[in-house]
Amino acid sequence: MTDTQQPDTQNPGTQKPGTQKPGTQNPGTQNPDTYDVRETPVSGRTSTVRVPVGDRAWFVQRRTITLVLGCAAAMLGLGFVGLSYGTSWATPGEVFGALTGLEPSVVIAEWRAPRVVAGILFGAALGVAGAIFQNLTRNPMGSPDIIGLDAGAYTGALLVMTVFAGASMTVAFGSVVGGLVTAALVYSLSRSNGLSGMRLVVIGIAVNAMITALNNWLVLRAELEVAMAAVGWNSGSLNGIDWDDLILPFAVLSVLLTVAALRSQTLHQSALGDAIAVSTGVPLERQRMLMVLVGVGCTATVTAVAGPVAFIALAAPQIGRRLAKAPGIPLLPAALTGAVLLQLADLIAQMLLAPVSLPVGVVTTAIGGGYLIWLLAQEVRRR
Amino acid sequence: MTTRLSARDVTLSYGERVVSTRLSLDVPDGAFTAVVGPNGCGKSTLLRAFVRLLKPGEGTVSLDSRSVTDFPAKALARELAFLPQDPLAPEGITVRQLVARGRYPHQSLLALWTAGDERAVAEAMDTAEVEDFADRPVAELSGGQRQRVWVAMVLAQDTPYLLLDEPTSFLDITHQYRLLALLSRLRDEGRTVIAVLHDINQACRFADHLVAMKDGRVAAEGAAADVVDAALIKDVFDLPSVIVADPVSGTPMVVPE
Amino acid sequence: MTSAPSANPPTASTARPVVLAVGVIALVAAGAVSLAVGARAVPVGELWQALADFDPRDGDHLVVRDIRLPRMVLGIAVGAALAVGGALIQTLSRNPLAEPGILGVTHGAGFALTVGAALGLAGSAISQLGLGVVGSVLATALVYAVGRHSTLRLLLAGVAFSAVLMGVSLGIRLTSPDALDQYRFWSVGSLAGREQTDLTVPLVAIGLALAGALVIARSLNAVALGDTVAHTLGADVARVRTVTLLLITVLAGAATAVAGPILFVGLIVPHLLRRLTAGSVPWLVGLSALVGPILMLVADTIARVLLHTGEVPVAIVTAFLGGPMLIWVVRRYGAGSL
Repeated sequence: MTDTQQPDTQNPGTQKPGTQKPGTQNPGTQNPDTYDVRETPVSGRTSTVRVPVGDRAWFVQRRTITLVLGCAAAMLGLGFVGLSYGTSWATPGEVFGALTGLEPSVVIAEWRAPRVVAGILFGAALGVAGAIFQNLTRNPMGSPDIIGLDAGAYTGALLVMTVFAGASMTVAFGSVVGGLVTAALVYSLSRSNGLSGMRLVVIGIAVNAMITALNNWLVLRAELEVAMAAVGWNSGSLNGIDWDDLILPFAVLSVLLTVAALRSQTLHQSALGDAIAVSTGVPLERQRMLMVLVGVGCTATVTAVAGPVAFIALAAPQIGRRLAKAPGIPLLPAALTGAVLLQLADLIAQMLLAPVSLPVGVVTTAIGGGYLIWLLAQEVRRR
Repeated sequence: MTTRLSARDVTLSYGERVVSTRLSLDVPDGAFTAVVGPNGCGKSTLLRAFVRLLKPGEGTVSLDSRSVTDFPAKALARELAFLPQDPLAPEGITVRQLVARGRYPHQSLLALWTAGDERAVAEAMDTAEVEDFADRPVAELSGGQRQRVWVAMVLAQDTPYLLLDEPTSFLDITHQYRLLALLSRLRDEGRTVIAVLHDINQACRFADHLVAMKDGRVAAEGAAADVVDAALIKDVFDLPSVIVADPVSGTPMVVPE
Repeated sequence: MTSAPSANPPTASTARPVVLAVGVIALVAAGAVSLAVGARAVPVGELWQALADFDPRDGDHLVVRDIRLPRMVLGIAVGAALAVGGALIQTLSRNPLAEPGILGVTHGAGFALTVGAALGLAGSAISQLGLGVVGSVLATALVYAVGRHSTLRLLLAGVAFSAVLMGVSLGIRLTSPDALDQYRFWSVGSLAGREQTDLTVPLVAIGLALAGALVIARSLNAVALGDTVAHTLGADVARVRTVTLLLITVLAGAATAVAGPILFVGLIVPHLLRRLTAGSVPWLVGLSALVGPILMLVADTIARVLLHTGEVPVAIVTAFLGGPMLIWVVRRYGAGSL
């Protein structure tokens, strides 16, 4: 009885519900054949689809399926525009030719395609990181940038740029180190008798403010050219990303997102409060540690390649949960919304002041602000 | 009277504030145990120690002579279910979805649902009488309905033990009695119920085993008829009173002077 | 009964006068140190001479009278303005994490300065001051227009407008090196050199607003108990809220326009004092007006002597003084006790 893999085969019970004596055996053990699944007691009759897997089942919300299909369509559409758009528009024929290799095009296959892929991958990673932190802190404002990860990454990058005058690889390395050190600092300061979400947010704000002050000073002391480069890096950008830049992030993010998916049920169980989480069997400390690692890892990986892209982590989980009408702050809608948001923001950033390509962070900040204003408008309507 | 769940010489504290020192309690199997006592006497703390929310500084809490801290998390959660005073309902969750969360300790990594899971949820909703509003958001329900939903979630956990921390607070009197009657029914079906109760008269009426606590220690325990008298009430609650027989159940009833 | 152990502080009513007396002494001491310490150390005896018996040919006297004295006055005004602004917004919003900049003051001023610099209008100190005031007042007015019905919406509106302003001004700065160059100097709050501008208007505004804050504090005592209770106690909640927000805008706007964004003074000072003042808003406001300047003067003095290569902007010192204090408070008393 230490495992739930086969709970229904241990005791092919003939007891009727209600007459069993719990306590001597796993109380949930009865033969599945005696029970007729006429309706789906787990999640309502019309809003849910039952996906059978052997003699078990997965329940998927109808709206989640709609959202997945909708986001997939949006990604395909935006991706197609992204492949076509440039100094000169490519025709659909040229894009298909480049994708199938019939009509090779370096511009489409080597310049534009990695950028499109990066937008989807990084957007999803940031969305998941934001959803994880908002779940952990039980606070919609508890995103990685608020608790200092982005500021720490910026410090690392700034030190490399100003003190060591480093190249882009070392800047990436510096940013990862800066982000991880900050995360470790905030995490260890927030721990004492376990981790409290609110304490993590407040201490994150404090550390963030100190690091931001330090960053401002470093920018102030730098040469104007270096300062320009640093501020540009800090805005986050997908400019100039090629396939080589994506191999390592792709591998790291695949692992992290898989872990997040496998632990998502536990994450949502924790949303019922610490007491219920523990008493229903969530290993709370270990779970939090793991989730913080995944969230920090996602943020740091994206930051290393693209710089800190603001607001996706804050906005995507909140928009996603409204679109999915799902309880709590689910991960999948956050990932999908994040991917579409970043793709869209990157297209706007390329087109807005063409031929100058703006850092995508400028656009995501505006989108994030717009989202918050939309939130407010909703609250007005509710009153 | 057999006992599987017991606390032996436990010291319980929050940081530097010590709530209980060398507290011992055996929970009788298959009975309805009510824990009563004034505010801050350590009732909830004791319950939290049973479900491992609070680790004793000294002593052990054990189930089947095995320390609860030695159980894998989900294995213990298949034995003991706990309803705290302040559970959080995620925004937008429906009744059915919330009750389904009670199946967590029975599921593996991929959260695949078995017919057993589905049946447990259906039964729990039936027992707690929440099916009428099964697809409504929890946030829209009245206080009494919401409390029944949480009870249903704990029932779906399908454990031999049910621990409830003041389950009747914020309920009107009808819902208080309905809930206590439900707990008695569950006891009749063979579960062990341990509840912290505010109302001593309700505790006397429904509980098989009464535990009166004061200042972190057990002042008296046993059947209500055997332990409740004016001296105990004066000692535990510092309240002068007369004990009469409840006109309906015949159990002791405390009437303050 | 699951709450954290309640510490037994000395009863607030006996502690407050003591804190007041200690605070006054500390402020005088901090002022004296800030006059004496700097690149050119001035002996205490000379200090008194310079104030009482000014000799325009003496270099020490000139430094004290023309540079350090105005800078001390500026530090006191900015510190008091930010701390009292913080006490007001935290009381009004019942949110311990609110600080005056949250109403859009900081980013409004930064946005105006960026636009002004890009248009070539932000050359002089006085024009920067003007842009800062205009930007912060306009931003706050917009935030207020959207969020005036409830305090939560007010905070969210502040965050949202700040984000939009930040994004747009970041875009401008990235395309205009001039704007970036001027902004980066302003964006690190500092008192250095700001004392040379004509500060009559901002100082008078801060002084009047501080007096107003002390007057409105009694009504805020009622509002702090919740809108319903305040209403039954006879307070005009809407008017108190409007007046308070106006005061916060003046205090934070003037301080930010003069010194640039200085974080944490407005956040941490009311925090440290809340336990001592035990819910009395007038005491909270009064003591904030005392402790804010002390923190500011100490930070400014440290900023002057920390590195021998030059001054550190005071905002960096306040962040590194205030950050650890906030962390200490949270770890000692728990986030819930904020």
